[in-house]
Amino acid sequence: MDNENKGILIYAEITRDGELASVVLELANTAQDLAQKLGGVEVNALVISSEFTQHSIFQNNGFDKVYVVKDEKLKYYNTEYYSKITIDVINETKPQIVLIGATTQGRDLAPRVSSTLNTGLTADCTHLDINEKGMLAATRPTFGGNLMATILCKNMPQMATVRPKVLKKAENPIVKNTEFIEMKPQINGIDPKTEIIEFIKNIQTTGKRIDEAEVIIAGGKGLKSPEGFKLLEELANALGGAVGASRAAVDAGWVDHSIQIGQTGKTVMPKLYIACAISGAVQHTVGMNSSDKIIAINKDPKAPIFQVADLGIVGDVFEIVPELIKQLKG
Amino acid sequence: MKIVLCIKQVPDTADIKWTENNTIQREGVESVINPFDMYAIETAVRLKEKLNDAHVTVVSMGPPQAEEILKKAVSMGVDEGFLVSDRKFAGADTVATSRTLAAAIKEKVGDADLVICGQFATDGDTAQTGPSIAQQLNFAQVTYVKEITDYKDGVLTVKKEVEDGVETIDVKLPAVLCMLKCDYEPRRPLIQGFVKAHDAKIQSYGMDDIKLSPEEVGMKGSPTYVSKAFRPEQKQGGEVITPKNPQEAAKMLKDFINR
Repeated sequence: MDNENKGILIYAEITRDGELASVVLELANTAQDLAQKLGGVEVNALVISSEFTQHSIFQNNGFDKVYVVKDEKLKYYNTEYYSKITIDVINETKPQIVLIGATTQGRDLAPRVSSTLNTGLTADCTHLDINEKGMLAATRPTFGGNLMATILCKNMPQMATVRPKVLKKAENPIVKNTEFIEMKPQINGIDPKTEIIEFIKNIQTTGKRIDEAEVIIAGGKGLKSPEGFKLLEELANALGGAVGASRAAVDAGWVDHSIQIGQTGKTVMPKLYIACAISGAVQHTVGMNSSDKIIAINKDPKAPIFQVADLGIVGDVFEIVPELIKQLKG
Repeated sequence: MKIVLCIKQVPDTADIKWTENNTIQREGVESVINPFDMYAIETAVRLKEKLNDAHVTVVSMGPPQAEEILKKAVSMGVDEGFLVSDRKFAGADTVATSRTLAAAIKEKVGDADLVICGQFATDGDTAQTGPSIAQQLNFAQVTYVKEITDYKDGVLTVKKEVEDGVETIDVKLPAVLCMLKCDYEPRRPLIQGFVKAHDAKIQSYGMDDIKLSPEEVGMKGSPTYVSKAFRPEQKQGGEVITPKNPQEAAKMLKDFINR
């Protein structure tokens, strides 16, 4: 193994609105633990954007160095520009570990980078650790959450992605005297083959995105129709939450795939998750079982969803939810 | 337009059972086409029907029995299919897999214009093979694609689903698209399709046929390896109550929420 590589590099994703993606601070917290186990190596970040103003967030979250690549062309994510820059910065700074959020952006970027560097990338990790040989031990679910696998990487850097909300932000992050370093990789020769020509923002009925909401009301096949989801929206409004769905409800065409929770949808970790008429196959529970409090309402007392619920209510959603809304408002 | 589809045979993850030794029981588990790949097939066939000069080849890396899913794709309207199969490919991670598929495309299809994959496979669920194939072929890529809306002068217009909305993207070919679930359903084959699939010759190519060396494929060609596999911890469920009436149920829920 190449011992030249040292330190941890976090890809500091900037969202379309110019904000630092929340997953970056989740990665930063875990990276601090890993850095300690590696004998106190640096935790650094890479920012690619058209402008950069978030210095204090990095100082207040224990980053040693932030490599900043700024250019007008880099306002929005583009595979060719961003992967070239990331590869150049990795080659120049030689980290031993590279962590990337498993967002749509991160999942587009990370494999392109790892494949170019001929190194390993472990996707959607739920746990990161350092083994006795100082290697990154990346644990992830496979086979639809039926099996956990711990994966090691022979080459450098060792790369991993983690979905948002899987790791926790630090409660009391370390403050550091972060060094900001402007990098100027060659991007003028790149002729990007993709161009975003339009963007239509999702209209959120409850004003909250499921990956950001603290309360999620999710519905399944037992709701029987799109109208069933109207009822859940009412409850979501009463609790200030967002509406999610199981795959069965999405496959039935009642709601959009963008609110699907589970293996082929999003992973969520709200403070409160209310599963309404969801049977609870492992493909669904793998995307929500880390929620703080889980309530399940289902007619079938044997529904597997009750195995992950803190409170299970056997009954009809169409009778219980309207009554709950009434009592919450009353 | 030369279109290549990359598809994968996966165990039906809803059907997974455990042995007494806490390993996954592989015998008797039904194999299916990865669900996202069904949308990739449908999308490719729809594009072919729109253009008058398109040819669709489907490829899969896997054991000999993966021939079955290639025939299924042919029954849905794909022109031809071939399998990439070799014992030396065993244990491949996404880097080795994409290297193998990219080599197979280069050797056996030639200058492809468009490669279509599913966004994820439901067994590994890494979403990495598509972009890695794009990198290996030096193609552009668009991931999380929901639909192809237009094609003109070597440029495809596609819709991509992101966290907060939908992007419309123009991509210059050659390119790789990774397909999500679409708003249309994969077609059921017609009788003619079954006949065509029955008669279809599915060639199988090994490592030498696609000009790769043992160091580039399978476990040897993979930067990652599994050091440990285990069954996830089972969470202990809480109380399951059958309330007398909806009012009582709502009261319990309200108390729990406010706790």
